[in-house]
Amino acid sequence: MADRPELEITRRGVLASGAMGAAIAVAPGAAVAQNAPEPQAPPTMPVRFKVNGRPQQLTLDTRTTLLDALREHLHLTGTKKGCDHGQCGACTVLVGGKRINSCLTLAVMHEGDEIVTIEGLGTPDKLHPMQAAFVKHDGYQCGYCTPGQICSAVAVLDEIRRGVPSHVQADLTKRPAASNMEMRERMSGNICRCGAYSNIADAMADVAGVKA
Amino acid sequence: MRAFTYERAKDAVEAARIVAGRPDAKFIAGGTNLLDLMKLEIETPTHLVDVQDLGFDKIEKTRDGGLRIGALVTNTDLAADERVRRDYGVLTRAIVAGASGQLRNKASTAGNLLQRTRCPYFYDTNMACNKRKPGSGCAAIGGYSRQLGVIGVSNACIATFPGDMAVAMRVLDAAIETVDGGGQKRSIPIAEFHRLWGDRPEIDTVLKPGELITAVTLPRPIGGRHFYEKVRDRASYAYALVSVAAVIQRDGTGRVAFGGVAPRPWRVEAADALLPQGAAAVTARAFQGATPTRDNAFKLPLATRALASVIAQAKA
Ligand SMILES: Cc1cc2nc3c(=O)[nH]c(=O)nc-3n(C[C@H](O)[C@H](O)[C@H](O)COP(=O)(O)OP(=O)(O)OC[C@H]3O[C@@H](n4cnc5c(N)ncnc54)[C@H](O)[C@@H]3O)c2cc1C
Ligand code: SF4
Ligand code: FES
Ligand code: FES
Repeated sequence: MADRPELEITRRGVLASGAMGAAIAVAPGAAVAQNAPEPQAPPTMPVRFKVNGRPQQLTLDTRTTLLDALREHLHLTGTKKGCDHGQCGACTVLVGGKRINSCLTLAVMHEGDEIVTIEGLGTPDKLHPMQAAFVKHDGYQCGYCTPGQICSAVAVLDEIRRGVPSHVQADLTKRPAASNMEMRERMSGNICRCGAYSNIADAMADVAGVKA
Repeated sequence: MRAFTYERAKDAVEAARIVAGRPDAKFIAGGTNLLDLMKLEIETPTHLVDVQDLGFDKIEKTRDGGLRIGALVTNTDLAADERVRRDYGVLTRAIVAGASGQLRNKASTAGNLLQRTRCPYFYDTNMACNKRKPGSGCAAIGGYSRQLGVIGVSNACIATFPGDMAVAMRVLDAAIETVDGGGQKRSIPIAEFHRLWGDRPEIDTVLKPGELITAVTLPRPIGGRHFYEKVRDRASYAYALVSVAAVIQRDGTGRVAFGGVAPRPWRVEAADALLPQGAAAVTARAFQGATPTRDNAFKLPLATRALASVIAQAKA
């Protein structure tokens, strides 16, 4: 393969060139078709935000979700697309320190925002404590849901610290505790098809400094 | 998703004027319902007006001792507000029983009230659905209707309003404040906000095109013990099959509204008065004239049992 670079095609490369091909194919049609309605290019807009501390400037089709902007435009493929409909949590990222589903928000809605993805939490040689705890407790099997689980888990511990109430809290006027019940309820927006839930709960308890 | 242009509104009346002026335009707040439906091309706006910069993100005291909740206050912030937790616990309870932590961080107060039904045929664009495509028929009638409505429904549509927050707002007698493109303001009691489907199921609420929600107001606190009992197919992150929002006073009187059963949060004031007589008396009155299907008839006894559980907790 190394001596035939033209064969080194990645799946992402194929997708990107396919999209380019489509864009080129439109242009001559638009120039010659006098009678047919002019095919309009989809509206694009510039947007600036910070991702993992680095300023980014993109010009995007307005339809681009934050998830697709991160994965397809900034090539931060740690954040995963599971359902694309808010139902699985694989796309969880932190925006302004709060966890959201990046599949159900448009990139252009995030002008000026600070976004943190799994790549920004820690690096392979300097793991975030939650990443290290997931490794230690085997908080995954296939790993597909894991970036979303870890971003969510970091935010959950912060929400408990800030006193954000939950469905399982007995007394709403008291501060919530980092109990196993609380963490499970608060993590319900992250589905794990492999069922690594109990190990994820162990990892979170470890970071929170409580017994699982 | 269909292509659209996008702008961030700087002024509420201007935003309302733009959306009122073109039927293909929509407001967007958190985007968690609208974008979901746009991906499936169930909603196909060609212009979006983002309302996040309008400053409706505060919760303030009103002059008569209640609260005014800005339309853009997130579900998380509303549920966490100290005054809400202390004086309107049913509202916090209902919100945290809904969706997920991630979704609640984005879901807005206005968007939550306006979320569309979760009828499976509304979501399946291959099926007949009067709500999605007026006049096409209703695949749910005679189809799989386990999640759908048992009362207040019509021959055109048997879907429910699926949300939780609004059920609590109904027992609290909340009102929805709006402004239109001409600057005209009004306040709509939540009891009148969601429509019964009748023969126009494609219209969910009494809002006029382009009418912008600016806030939801709560009257002064009414005391009592606050409950939100939600029965669903899994313990978390699922819509209600039946839910009960209740405020019960020490003497056993109170207020109750049901979710997951009708096109709007379902409260019958005459049934509230029967609370001291027990759950069965209340639901017999509240669900008088119900038209369940074979699949969803279980919701009637389930509503009674869910309320009985609330009454038992209130006595404990
Ligand atoms: C997987 C999943 C599970 C869920 N589970 C639950 C649940 O259990 N319980 C529950 O209650 N909800 C649940 N939800 C729904 C969620 O609560 C709603 O999607 C959310 O509240 C919508 O708010 P938003 O701000 O994102 O609305 P958007 O999607 O931004 O808007 C919704 C609608 O409101 C209109 N709109 C927005 N703001 C205004 C305004 N100020 N004035 C006039 N019109 C406006 C928009 O034009 C649009 O038509 C769930 C959602 C998902 C995806
Ligand atoms: S019940 Fe209503 S939403 Fe469901 S298919 Fe029938 S018309 Fe559509
Ligand atoms: S991909 Fe966003 S929630 Fe599933
Ligand atoms: S580890 Fe496989 S889906 Fe969670």
